[in-house]
Amino acid sequence: MTWAAVLALAAASYALKALGPVAIGRREIPPRFREPLDLLPIPMLTAIALTGTVASGQHLRMDARLPGLAVAAILVWRRAPFLAVIVAAAATTALIRAF
Amino acid sequence: MPPADTADATRTIDRNAIAIGAATGTYAISFGALAIAAGLTPAQTVALSLLVFTGASQFAFIGVLAGGGGPLAALVPAVVLAVRNSLYGLSLVPVLRGPLGRRLLESHLVIDESTAMARSQRSKALAHHAFVATGVSILVLWNAGTIAGVAFGSAIGDPRALGLDAMFPAAFLALLAPQLSRPGARTVALGGGLLAIACVPFTPAGVPVVVACAAVVPVLIRSRR
Repeated sequence: MTWAAVLALAAASYALKALGPVAIGRREIPPRFREPLDLLPIPMLTAIALTGTVASGQHLRMDARLPGLAVAAILVWRRAPFLAVIVAAAATTALIRAF
Repeated sequence: MPPADTADATRTIDRNAIAIGAATGTYAISFGALAIAAGLTPAQTVALSLLVFTGASQFAFIGVLAGGGGPLAALVPAVVLAVRNSLYGLSLVPVLRGPLGRRLLESHLVIDESTAMARSQRSKALAHHAFVATGVSILVLWNAGTIAGVAFGSAIGDPRALGLDAMFPAAFLALLAPQLSRPGARTVALGGGLLAIACVPFTPAGVPVVVACAAVVPVLIRSRR
């Protein structure tokens, strides 16, 4: 039963991922869908960044992640390299938790 | 900022891809340990990381099992969370233009991080390179981490003590920032962010990210006219 669910999840997950690249493939997307689809990842990635900062399960919680993200935001604004941004965020959060 | 020279840009992409892979790998260690604790066999745990290969769905699946739910009850939220990959895949259509065989393989790599990395590049060729480099790096290190978690379990510490839970939002913020200068981008980012935060208390983890898509509905309506 568990194996059936694992394999069903694998099949569903792959089918969803392949919808664009395989089902639509090299055909052109109708013009009126192009702009919305092109913009689509932006609200989703914003949502991941925000909920990853202030959500714990179904609770909104301000904890050591928030200062980590504040440091990251400053570094992004100052155009620091990607690695510096993510390491500084983790280090800030870890240091606050350690004390 | 990406350097003007393409070879430099490619090297930067590869370095960032390995960094994201390493970060997700540490999370996979907790996934492996938690999956075993939730009652999955080592083979089932590795099958999830190899074949499902989308972290949010995998954590949701074992979360329901750990909470006492059955495999079918675990399947539903996991599939709902995987829906977002279909939207990423649709937005990646202009980048993934290779032969069918290659697209069949590349489809498996359509996840949050590979989409974000592809989207933050300035040309389609670099976007394709970033997508593949990030996808492969995460596929390898996510599965290596899962196996380590299954093998060593709870002997490995909590990634939160290292601040790794702040690393992911920081990574997405860094990848998002260059995209915000495009027309309409700030509006949909703000709308999506507000929708997601508003949903957090009322929906299971992961669902707010799917709801955030609704921020592009006004753009869709406007472009229909």
